[in-house]
Amino acid sequence: MTPSSATELVRLAGVSASYGGDPVLAGVDLAVTARQFSGIVGPSGSGKTTLLRVLLGSVEPSAGTVWRRPGLRVGYVPQVEAVDWSFPVTVSECVLMARTHGRVLPWRSRSEQAEVRRILGRLGIEELAARHIRDLSGGQQQRVFIARALLGAPELLLMDEPTSGVDVRTRHDVLHLLEDLHGDGLAIVLTTHDLNGMAAHLPHVVCLNTEVLGEGSPRQVLTPDVLERTYGAKMEILEHAGMPVVLDRYAPADNVVRLRKTGA
Amino acid sequence: MEELLRPLEFDFFRNGLIVATLAGALCGMVGVYVVLKGMSYIGHGLSHAIFGGFAASALLGVNFALGAGVWGVASALMINGVTRRRVIGADAAIGVITTASFALGLALFALFGRAGRSFEAALFGSILGVGPEDVWAILAVTVLVGLVVFFGYRQLLFTTFDPEVAEASGVRTARVDALLMLALAGSILATMQVLGVTLIAATLVIPATVARMLTDSFSRMLLLATGIGAVTGFVGMNLSYHLDVQSGPTIVLVGAALFAVVFALTGRRGRRRTAGLDRHATTPLVPVSSTPR
Repeated sequence: MTPSSATELVRLAGVSASYGGDPVLAGVDLAVTARQFSGIVGPSGSGKTTLLRVLLGSVEPSAGTVWRRPGLRVGYVPQVEAVDWSFPVTVSECVLMARTHGRVLPWRSRSEQAEVRRILGRLGIEELAARHIRDLSGGQQQRVFIARALLGAPELLLMDEPTSGVDVRTRHDVLHLLEDLHGDGLAIVLTTHDLNGMAAHLPHVVCLNTEVLGEGSPRQVLTPDVLERTYGAKMEILEHAGMPVVLDRYAPADNVVRLRKTGA
Repeated sequence: MEELLRPLEFDFFRNGLIVATLAGALCGMVGVYVVLKGMSYIGHGLSHAIFGGFAASALLGVNFALGAGVWGVASALMINGVTRRRVIGADAAIGVITTASFALGLALFALFGRAGRSFEAALFGSILGVGPEDVWAILAVTVLVGLVVFFGYRQLLFTTFDPEVAEASGVRTARVDALLMLALAGSILATMQVLGVTLIAATLVIPATVARMLTDSFSRMLLLATGIGAVTGFVGMNLSYHLDVQSGPTIVLVGAALFAVVFALTGRRGRRRTAGLDRHATTPLVPVSSTPR
């Protein structure tokens, strides 16, 4: 497979993946280009993380083809729930563990020390270098793993649920940081459950439920029809300050069997 | 003081002391990875599996290091394969393989009597049979494993902490895991005579757990666990002579006493640090093809 444009970093064509049972991904076509900033949205179990892993190269598709630009540097930031927070690593140890090539001695060189300091400084967590990773706020923890990914000077940054379980202020902080990194020329693909707080702020959104059901700007994709096909639930779209706002149209159905009070 | 130094007059004790100190350091170092990867059960099982190889080599008159070594390496690689592939019921499979091997060893000894090395020493540890060749063997294994840990420090750390991202970042995690299992098998083989297969798991787990209670840094934990293992081996071996108790149990009891002291002194902070040690590190999921490629 060859890329359709010179700026393409990764291209998936007809990609399927499974963990032994039903397919998690089926016939996915997707291209990631330089400077792209995309959010993958979909319900739980829709294949978002698997799609990210296929882009990363840690999961081989069971069908279809994946093309990666030769020599492409990819950084990966795992979901915070997947991290073992009791593991004994300080912030600087965590960041530096990704530097596995080019130096055989276990301790860090002066240039590595300076590089780690520079990256932590850029992310505003330089003073936390000696802290254990558990002793940080949600936003700071996210930054540690972004710093680890940035140490490899990636061209594409993949992030799994970067704002999962964080408060509004931390979500804004993470979003501002990602916008800065994107502004510096980094392509970013992230997964998110948060349609209003995250996806609506991104330039490009992919709706996924095993297959890609919609792709484009939030205005193009966050529509009642696409969202109903993606989530299997009715949603309403309003507009606020030029941005789509997704409303959950919950209403009890007439034919739902009600739980009866049995009385004690 | 004179009484304390008297056993050093005996060759067998000097050899035993060197072997116990090196065994403690070696198991402490390897134990860090064993504990953090949630492999304590594998370490326990592998030491039992190697007992089968020990019994078979004693029975057949084959060199102990060769017989038990081949058996141990084969068991280690088999366990590694089962674990990495996430075969359904991997814990159960490991349990069956390792306990069956241990039971085979017991049955062979029961049927054909003792041959070569002492049966009890293999189970519970003894310094009576420790000779210069054992000193050289454990020295060689300690240096070899030390070199692997030194030069593979970052790959081992990355694979232990975050195997999926490590793999995607170019670390050959399958090779690193296999190397770790071989280091574990080598450590068990080299320390079996002094510590005994039934007690080796404790010398893998205790120094690492004590070290974890004392620090939040991986590099410091590695150094501390190695030092704690060496000290408990040294002190335990001396106590073993003076109390006239087998070396394996004494070394383990010294470690357990140290654990209790550190546990009490570090209080809530120590407990918090060790609270997540039972969490198993994740290994990459390998999708199974459901459609033809």
